[in-house]
Amino acid sequence: MKYVDEFRDPARARILVEEIHRLVARIPAARGRPLQIMEVCGGHTHTIFRYGIQQMLPEEVEYVHGPGCPVCVLPMGRVDDCVALAERPEVIFSTFGDAVRVPGSRKSLLKAKAEGADVRIVYAPLDALALARRHPDREVIFFGLGFETTMPSTAMALIQARKAGIGNFSLFCNHITIIPTIKAMLDSPDLQLDGFLGPGHVSTVIGTRPYDFIARDYRRPITVAGFEPLDVLQSTYMVLKQLADRRCEVENQYARVVRRDGNGPALAAIAEVFELREFFEWRGLGSIDQSGVRLRAAYAAYDAERKFAVANISIADPKSCQCGEVLKGIIKPHQCKVFGTACTPETPLGSLMVSSEGACAAHYSYARRTGSPTVPA
Amino acid sequence: MCLGVPGQIVSLVNPEEALAMVDVGGVRRPVNVSFLLEDRPAQECVGDWVLVHAGFALTRIDAEEAARTLELLEELGEMRGEPDA
Repeated sequence: MKYVDEFRDPARARILVEEIHRLVARIPAARGRPLQIMEVCGGHTHTIFRYGIQQMLPEEVEYVHGPGCPVCVLPMGRVDDCVALAERPEVIFSTFGDAVRVPGSRKSLLKAKAEGADVRIVYAPLDALALARRHPDREVIFFGLGFETTMPSTAMALIQARKAGIGNFSLFCNHITIIPTIKAMLDSPDLQLDGFLGPGHVSTVIGTRPYDFIARDYRRPITVAGFEPLDVLQSTYMVLKQLADRRCEVENQYARVVRRDGNGPALAAIAEVFELREFFEWRGLGSIDQSGVRLRAAYAAYDAERKFAVANISIADPKSCQCGEVLKGIIKPHQCKVFGTACTPETPLGSLMVSSEGACAAHYSYARRTGSPTVPA
Repeated sequence: MCLGVPGQIVSLVNPEEALAMVDVGGVRRPVNVSFLLEDRPAQECVGDWVLVHAGFALTRIDAEEAARTLELLEELGEMRGEPDA
C-alpha cells in the first residue's frame, strides 16, 4: 500500500538501527541508567511491540509506554456509567469496538450486550447519528472517547444532529486532551523522561505548536512521529540526535501529514462543541486538571450526562491491578503481578490488557513467549 | 484508537454533505472530507491522498514531504562508513 510499504523497508531499518547504535555511543550515560523516551501514543506502543523495535536498540535506550491509549485510561466507574445507560430499555448504546471490552466493576459493555442490552459497535460517530435517524422511537447514545484525533468527528456528528434537529441522539463524552496529559507526565516525580515521541495523528489536528512548552519550559526534546516501523526508528534517532547535540526542540518526522498549525476546520469543530472540564479522572493516574472536555451549554440537549441521570461514581481499580505503575513506566507489563495469569486479553482485569494499543496487550501478543520479538512477515 | 489509514479520493458521492468515495487498500467506502475544504472545494479533491480516521479524512498526505523523509534516510545511509567528526 502506498505511503505504508516504503516505511517498512527492512534495508532502511537496518541502516537506522546501526546509526542509532553509533549515536548512542556518543551520548554520555551521565545518570547511570538508560535514556528513557516516552512514546505518548498507544499506536506507537503497538508498532514498537509488533516489530520488536525495543530489542533492536542499544541497552542504553528504553521506551516508556505512555498514557495515549484512551481505552486504557478509562476509569472503572465510567464503564459502570456506560453499562447503566446501555441497560435502559429505551437506549441504543453505540461506541467503538475497543471500548465494549473494558471491564467495569460489575461487567463490561460486551457482557451487558450478551445479557440483552442494545449495544452497537460503530466505525464512526456519524454511523451512530444514522442509527438515531433510523430509530426515531429510541434514544441513541454515542459513547465518545479519545484524544484530539477522534474529537473532530464526534463534534461533527453533534453539529449535524443539532442542525437537523434530531432529538433522540446524545453523547456520553469521555474525550480527553493531550497537552495536560503530557504535562502531568512531565510533572510526575516518579518519572524522569529524557525525551518524547509525539503523537502523530493527534498532531494532524492540533499541529506541533502546542508542544513548544516541552522544549522551552521543560528542556526536553520531542519528535512528532509516524506509525510505521521506519517512522518510529527515525523519530527515535532524531530524539537521540537532539540529546547528543544537547538540543531541545520540537521536531516533526511525520511532515507528510502533520503541519505546524494543524487542521483549522477540525479545530473549529472542536471549539464549537467542546469546553474543558476542571478535572477528569484517569484509570491508574488519578485526576488530572483540565484533561477532559464536556459539551458546551449550546449542546446541552445532546449531552447524555444532562439528559439521563449518570451516577459518576469513582471506583478503585482491583488491588492486584498495576495498570497505573505500567502507565507511568515504573514497571514493565510483564512485571505486573497478574500479567498473563489472572489478566489476559481474553479475560482482562486491567484496561491495558484490552486494546491492542495497550502496553500489556501488545506485550502479551508479541513479546511474551520468547522475550524477543516475533516479526510478522 | 487514533489509527489512521492512507487512502485516495476516487469520486464525490455528495458534494453538499462533503461525502467522497475513498479507496483504502482496494476497499472503497464513503468518507466525509469536510475538514479538507479550507483551501479548495470538494470537486477539486478527487485524486488527493488522505489520512482516514473514523469516517473522516483528517488531513491530506503531502507526497513531497513523504519523499523528503525517505531522502533523509538515504542520506543517513550514504554517510555510513565515514569516520565520526
